[in-house]
Amino acid sequence: MYKKKITLAFVGFVGLALSGIAGAVDTRARFMAANCSYCHGPDGKSHGAIPSLAGLEPGYFVEQMKAFRDGSRPATVMKKHASGYTDAEFEAMAKYFASIK
Amino acid sequence: MALNRRDFLKTSLGAAGLAATAGLAGCATAQTGSAGPKVVVVGAGFGGATFSRYLKMWAPTAQVTLIEPNTNFTSCPYSNTVLAGINKMEDITLPYDNLKKVVDNFVPDTVTAIDTTKQTVTTAGGHTFAYDKLVLAGGIELLFDKVQGYDAEAQKTVMHAWKAGPQTATLRKQLEAMPDGGTFVMSVPMAPYRCPPGPYERACMVASYFKQAKPKSKIIILDGNPDISSKKPLFVAAWTKHFGYGTDNSMIAFRANNQPRAIDARKMMVSTEFDDVKGDVINVVPPMRAASVCGLAGVRDGSNGNWCTIDYRTFESKVVKNVHILGDSALTNFPKSGSVANNTGKMCAYALSEQFAGRQADPSPVVTNTCYSGTGMGTAFHVATVFRWDEAKQSMIPPKDANGISSAESEMEWAYMESWAKNVWADTLGLPQSYNFTTKG
Repeated sequence: MYKKKITLAFVGFVGLALSGIAGAVDTRARFMAANCSYCHGPDGKSHGAIPSLAGLEPGYFVEQMKAFRDGSRPATVMKKHASGYTDAEFEAMAKYFASIK
Repeated sequence: MALNRRDFLKTSLGAAGLAATAGLAGCATAQTGSAGPKVVVVGAGFGGATFSRYLKMWAPTAQVTLIEPNTNFTSCPYSNTVLAGINKMEDITLPYDNLKKVVDNFVPDTVTAIDTTKQTVTTAGGHTFAYDKLVLAGGIELLFDKVQGYDAEAQKTVMHAWKAGPQTATLRKQLEAMPDGGTFVMSVPMAPYRCPPGPYERACMVASYFKQAKPKSKIIILDGNPDISSKKPLFVAAWTKHFGYGTDNSMIAFRANNQPRAIDARKMMVSTEFDDVKGDVINVVPPMRAASVCGLAGVRDGSNGNWCTIDYRTFESKVVKNVHILGDSALTNFPKSGSVANNTGKMCAYALSEQFAGRQADPSPVVTNTCYSGTGMGTAFHVATVFRWDEAKQSMIPPKDANGISSAESEMEWAYMESWAKNVWADTLGLPQSYNFTTKG
């Protein structure tokens, strides 16, 4: 029993070390993407009239966010939201949504 | 050779190098026993439910105990549509089934004591739970004793309906029973209060019902604040367009600086400093403060001891360590909305999952609010804001252009509002993509 616990702890430790090195999950991007889900649905999969974001092509996502921000794409809420993030954050969120199947 | 856990960690550090030094330090302090840190969450509303679900996704080893006395989730946002007759209570009532599967321990009970020194929470059922982190998401406590005459007897006939549930259902029945030509008297509490646009939306929703079912009826809004305190141009436009506001024949009368000081439930009368107002149906929302569990934890430190100040990066109380406060109970720059409770739940889960992994919580977080209000006439409008950490101001502030309201009401936003409701419920409660919502928009 005791040995088993130690093994589990060690596996956990290696996993942590690897993720730290590889930067496997961009946790900040994951949180920023989750910010969108009250309107766009959990994991960007929407119920109803608001569009889904899951699986969008990253270039398209970034382009649209910039268009909302500069007003070239008309919007209701999205001009305000797009004005709150940097280009780098658009890219990070785009990558995250693109990774959702 | 028998190693204890601490020795094992030291050895590992030496052998494996520096890759996760901070991580191990974090784990060693946060963990108790073989499992992950113990997190006790009080309240499964938009804040507590969302927090619990996301913490289990982002820090799966955390042991989450969620304490909630209600058997189902009843949504406060969208509950004004029940008053309008658009939806029924069952359409805004949702199951906890999926949430129960995600957390380690779902406790249907009420918290009666919190010891922040021993770090324990005790319930009415006599159970005591130890915590490494306590998350209080209890919403609001209504202060009936601040309105003279609003006693237990008066509360049988005068509804607040500011916590969705039986109160909402009773108020709808009272509106249905009211004769055509009757007067509905409703109040707006002093800011800050739960759901800033809610009272003005309520006036719209009830007016939409009256217009169709009892068009000779009137609505008197008694507002404690000096003016309409949320989305003013949009509400004034909606009242004007749909309900004759500004004309002699207006269905809605708005009276600023009129906080209800006393009610007489037998005479069906509300008294402000200026006036005694009689109604056929009376709906008084009393003053409010952070939930009573915040009082038990001694974290109501702000705004004359009514609300809880927090560190925006972690949502930890500024006065008691390891106690985090979400949603309406917190004193922040954010409006007390369902969207904010939902997103601050994720923000706190994000901060704690970083800490549990031995990293620092995000030093410059960003969070959003989106809040729709419906007119009851097939249209809606919004306020939307992005808040970013501002190091100089030590606060969360909207960047330029990242805060604003609709230019006008629209049918499109009514459809978005319905979609928002379904998505925020799904996000909060972990409802599956196949969930069959009965809500009508």
